[in-house]
Amino acid sequence: MSGSRTRVIFYTVAAVISLAGLADATYLTVMYLTGETAVCGGSATCFQVLGSAYARIGGIPVAAFGALAYFSAFSFAIFAAFGYARMRTFFALIVCTMFAITLWLLYVQAFLLHAFCRYCLFSAAVTFLLAGIAIAIPPSHKRSAA
Amino acid sequence: MKRYFPFIIVVVVALVTLASGTVLYRAKRPSVLTIPKNAPVSGSGDADSIHIRGPASAPVTIEEFGDFQCPPCGKLSDPINQLEREYRPRLRVIFRHFPLPNHAHAREAAFASEAAGLQGRFWEMHDLLYREQSVWSEAADVQLLFDSYAGMLGLNIDRFKRDMESEQVKVRVASDQKHGAAFGVNTTPTVFLNDRALAPTSLNPTGLHAAIDAAMNATPPP
Repeated sequence: MSGSRTRVIFYTVAAVISLAGLADATYLTVMYLTGETAVCGGSATCFQVLGSAYARIGGIPVAAFGALAYFSAFSFAIFAAFGYARMRTFFALIVCTMFAITLWLLYVQAFLLHAFCRYCLFSAAVTFLLAGIAIAIPPSHKRSAA
Repeated sequence: MKRYFPFIIVVVVALVTLASGTVLYRAKRPSVLTIPKNAPVSGSGDADSIHIRGPASAPVTIEEFGDFQCPPCGKLSDPINQLEREYRPRLRVIFRHFPLPNHAHAREAAFASEAAGLQGRFWEMHDLLYREQSVWSEAADVQLLFDSYAGMLGLNIDRFKRDMESEQVKVRVASDQKHGAAFGVNTTPTVFLNDRALAPTSLNPTGLHAAIDAAMNATPPP
């Protein structure tokens, strides 16, 4: 299989995985907007994480930033799959940033809040998968269009 | 044409995400619960578990449906106590039980508070249960802790234990739950302010303060 074809497959898989993260982050954002995270159905771990001060930045839920990041990752992956070479760099950069933020959020859950929210763990798993794909994508030695 | 495919895909995904987010928001948006005007606030029967702080003439009433094992309820307990002190005598606070089935010890905690109430110490036990929530929620022998709390409050322990098992306290807790279910309550904390449920986003010290102030301003002073 040629390197170019392999890259297309990797970026397509990355785009599909980003969609899962986008769905998760969108759901969490809606939960925040409806106030569901303020009560969390009485769930202790959900409330401890999603009701904490770490779950928002300047009044905006972290999940909304997550949705934006997943959408960006999806868009860059799609463009990269269609041969837009510059988008590969953007994809790598956004995944790198998401990976670093995910590590911070896992640290917050494990050591500061002592509680894990399952939606957040799902999101972390998605980001780790994206990071794995970003590392596994074979490097290009030829400049493509755009 | 192929050149435009990625643009089309990205725009379609953006639109689908926005549309599904909007649909989800509409589906999950909490409906405004209200307590009917003719619903009894305090009753005379034994089944009525009404715990009230503040005068009946207070222009603003906060009625909370709470669960002693629910963390958001615990977090709300102190702010409500502070508000009651701050606005006294213009604010009345009512507590009703709504133990959720997913909380293993919530019903027993409700029974413990009612048993303490039979010795005139409901609110003291209410505050203690919320303060110690993280301790007894995880305890293997929760009854032992409740007994020790009763001891701390100076209750007659033998009577407290007997009362916790009694039909009277079980009926009282069940009566509150029935009331709540009739008003559409399905989660905790659900807080009614003058018979209208507050949005979950208002269930914090700032939100409650603002809601009470608005209700006070809407009510002319006597």
